[in-house]
Amino acid sequence: MAKPSLLGPLRVIKYLFKKPKTLRYPFELKEPARRYRGFHLNDWDQCTGCGNCADICPNDAIEMVERPEIAPDPGEKNERPRLDYGRCCFCGLCVDICPPGSLRLSRDYFHIHFDTSTFVFTPRDEKTDDETFLPAEKYSVLKASLAHRKRDYQGFEPEIDYALFDPDRVEMPEVPPEERKLSFVEQMLGYDREQAVREAERCLECALCEDACPAHLKISDYIEAVYEDSPEDSLRTIYEDNPIPAICGRICMKHCEDACSLSIRGEPLAIRWLKRFVSDTVRNYRDALEQSPGEPTGKRIAVIGAGPGGLSTAYFLRLLGHEVVVFDELSGGGGMLRVGPPRYRLPEEAIDKDVEYIASLGVDFRFQTRVGRDVEFEELRDEFDAVFLGIGLTVSRSTRVENADRCQLALPFLAKNKTEEKCEVPEEVIVIGGGNVAMDVAREALRLQHIRYPGKRTVTRTVSLEDWDEIPATEEEIEEAREEGVEFNPAWGPKRVVLDDQGNIKGLLCMKVNSVFDEEGRFAPTFHEDQEMFLEGRMIIEAIGQGADFSFLPKEVMERIEFTEARKVRVNENGMTTVPGIFAGGDIVNVNLDAVTAIADAKAASEGIDQWLSGGEG
Amino acid sequence: MRELELYFGPQHLGMVGNFSITLKVEGDRVVKADANPGYLHRGFEKLMEQRSWIKNFPMVCRINVVEPDSMELAYATAVESLAGIEVPERAQFIRSIYLELARVGSHLFGLWAYSNMLGFDTAAQWAMYHRDLVLDLFEELTGGRVYHIYIWPGGVRRDFPEGFEKRLVETLHSIGGCVPDYDACFFDNRLFYDRAAGIGKITREEAMEMGGTGQALRATGVPYDVRKIEPYAAYDKVPWEVPTREDGDAFSRIWVVRDEMIESVHMIFKLLDEMPKGDVYNRIPNPFKWRIPEGETYVRCESSRGELGLYLVSDGGDKPYRVHFRTPSYPHGLTILEKALVGESISDVGNIMISLYVVAPEIDR
Ligand SMILES: Cc1cc2nc3c(=O)[nH]c(=O)nc-3n(C[C@H](O)[C@H](O)[C@H](O)COP(=O)(O)OP(=O)(O)OC[C@H]3O[C@@H](n4cnc5c(N)ncnc54)[C@H](O)[C@@H]3O)c2cc1C
Ligand code: SF4
Repeated sequence: MAKPSLLGPLRVIKYLFKKPKTLRYPFELKEPARRYRGFHLNDWDQCTGCGNCADICPNDAIEMVERPEIAPDPGEKNERPRLDYGRCCFCGLCVDICPPGSLRLSRDYFHIHFDTSTFVFTPRDEKTDDETFLPAEKYSVLKASLAHRKRDYQGFEPEIDYALFDPDRVEMPEVPPEERKLSFVEQMLGYDREQAVREAERCLECALCEDACPAHLKISDYIEAVYEDSPEDSLRTIYEDNPIPAICGRICMKHCEDACSLSIRGEPLAIRWLKRFVSDTVRNYRDALEQSPGEPTGKRIAVIGAGPGGLSTAYFLRLLGHEVVVFDELSGGGGMLRVGPPRYRLPEEAIDKDVEYIASLGVDFRFQTRVGRDVEFEELRDEFDAVFLGIGLTVSRSTRVENADRCQLALPFLAKNKTEEKCEVPEEVIVIGGGNVAMDVAREALRLQHIRYPGKRTVTRTVSLEDWDEIPATEEEIEEAREEGVEFNPAWGPKRVVLDDQGNIKGLLCMKVNSVFDEEGRFAPTFHEDQEMFLEGRMIIEAIGQGADFSFLPKEVMERIEFTEARKVRVNENGMTTVPGIFAGGDIVNVNLDAVTAIADAKAASEGIDQWLSGGEG
Repeated sequence: MRELELYFGPQHLGMVGNFSITLKVEGDRVVKADANPGYLHRGFEKLMEQRSWIKNFPMVCRINVVEPDSMELAYATAVESLAGIEVPERAQFIRSIYLELARVGSHLFGLWAYSNMLGFDTAAQWAMYHRDLVLDLFEELTGGRVYHIYIWPGGVRRDFPEGFEKRLVETLHSIGGCVPDYDACFFDNRLFYDRAAGIGKITREEAMEMGGTGQALRATGVPYDVRKIEPYAAYDKVPWEVPTREDGDAFSRIWVVRDEMIESVHMIFKLLDEMPKGDVYNRIPNPFKWRIPEGETYVRCESSRGELGLYLVSDGGDKPYRVHFRTPSYPHGLTILEKALVGESISDVGNIMISLYVVAPEIDR
């Protein structure tokens, strides 16, 4: 290579006359990039206190600290992440794992202080903290610190496509609407092993769901066991708190899934389906659970009603060694769930599996035995050391409009369809009601119509006082009913059942609803009397709610049992009514009116009974 | 003449980084050189055995501050190969573009160190300024200037932001427009030639025998480049050349660096033209439950200093069982440097060391 010239460098003398590139900070500032990873921001209203940020932080820079000023909603915690900027490396993993997306990074990065404790900081954002997050006119870069920051200065933000959790659940295989509406086949087919493990893998183990579950199942543990491909372990954990998993795995109202962190920006973990997977996969509960009743205590308890509440009370008490006899007028266990929910949601085999296991522990079931008819309540009081009332709501209510006596009631209609007989249905059916029971009735009627009139056009319509925004049935039920072809008429109230000349039902005259609830939120519907609509239908089924039947209780007892304002049997924290020795739970006690809350009541009551029988306080 | 022992670094103006060399000198001549690493041992490999697969992602970059990005790539590809994770094609292109940008940024840093060391302050200042422009691009793409924490298993962490391509091209054009000035004031400068030509010479055989890669080897005429011989990311998707020189001295090595930067910029333009649309990330499993099947892998890539390798072993658990990096500065800074210094003048110790681009943190880890 030829030696280069010595004069070449003179070419760059021109730079002497150029403006310097160095910024004269703080007079010349440079804006950090839009995605800059600076100090944290946290929207306290969105943050659920789940603590996933603290778990993922590679530097243990985050600690979840309790903030007493926060009143958490059910399924949330009043903890918020506190940062230690002596440890944080600004990687932003905490942002990418944050399920609600409340945690972000800002473009602020100045903090200079003599006191190192100021580097420990609980971030908020401009929404709730206007002392720290200042508008441009109040902000000065010379004062910039963790306590003097710019408003609307978000940097690195969460994006769902890059989230470290999976927002999409493993789809549950199901029978398509066109096919399932032609029969009573079970709609949901259940996960196979591979699907269950994949779905279980999504769980972040923040356990917010466990607070939200009325019976506080150890959800993250039993989901983890599914992930570890150990359904037996999972079943054992479930049975610590819930002895009817095949039932709940199908029809639970899943308060847990509403609280699931993943549901905030994606689909909740399919907790209910995973429970079903466990109960379906473990063929023999006895072998897996290896439970036996406790040492005999010599105490006897009568349980009236073999619904979720009665079944669970019997199970928990039996494990403690008590002798338990369950009375129910039905021919099998399950309570309302045996005669209510249609087969396509809850087949009898699933109910029987759970009930048979409880029976196998030595619980004595006396079916087809109605207390007050086949056996007197007083006798039970004499013979047994304690009584548990789990009698549920077994009487369908009627609208009592003109000619309502010509209508069918929901519970008998559903119950009959669970037998071989099945109800006769015409081509046009009207269902009054907007709750889940009404959905069950409508979808059953629709199936019966398709079976009875194959290939013909049939009509199944519901009428509900509530409009779309307040209709009480779950979104899921409504969606599935619509898929199958049920028509909805929300915000209409029944005025009169219209009969034809022969006295047969012709249809329902409805009036437009003005409002359903009064200012205090109490049920007090008002109507626009002048706006009417006539719905044609040869059969009308009323599904507007159920009431309890206390007629078996002697007057003397009935008088001493106190009720709450919501017309519920008043019980203390041990599940005991105002009559010593009589405990209660389930639909006659709680306002949730679902299986899992009945289980929660049963847990409290069985502990209460056990304590009471061993001489403790009732 | 009397033999003297001289300590070069760790506290020495000519020493870049926490490193030292013990020199035996006779007059001005180096008779023997002993490299002393160890000032920067942070125990990364051991630490990584104690952290979950995801928690290692923000950490690997810290092994080498001047070019953290190839560390990220090595870790991501090793994990992907063990866990069987696919990377979307667009992410592969982005990875190559990002890594070439990192190469330019790293070489500019090296050029700053080198020219500064020889007293070419003007070129040094320019290189630092231009590196800052590259860091602006990184900041825009990743949210960080130095540690980008961007290539993660499954792809990259975010797609290009709106308008990024345009700013990338503009910035590279504006830096590229200064090449004639760089040449005039530095690369074609007679004084650089006089200081570097024939200095710190290693032969092709020596380089190969001692594990030399990168510019240390390419400056001896061997077109060895992992991007070519075992293409990863999108390096086989566009044509490009491996620049080489023949003389094996400091002068050749720095020229290889210069040519490589230009080649990288051209490669980025070509990659941008060919880059497909689509996703840039295939979601990894839930990080709290992530276990990687038992197995071991060795992956390698071409960092701005030479071949970077990563040996990663999983025992089927939620964190690595063993991690070992093969870093290019290890042979360059120990064996090759010790050899290249012998017979040279004391005034050229820094000159030779930096021409080999020895980065102490990646020797120690
Ligand atoms: C159609 C329908 C669908 C439903 N769907 C769901 C659902 O999807 N998910 C959900 O969680 N919940 C659902 N529920 C509610 C659920 O059935 C109840 O919340 C739950 O069964 C309440 O349990 P319980 O213990 O209070 O007793 P219940 O299940 O109400 O059972 C009470 C039992 O007591 C018996 N009994 C009453 N009096 C006497 C007596 N004097 N002598 C002997 N036996 C007596 C009855 O025969 C009955 O078997 C549904 C209810 C209905 C009606
Ligand atoms: S940015 Fe990274 S280091 Fe900092 S708190 Fe979040 S996860 Fe921890």
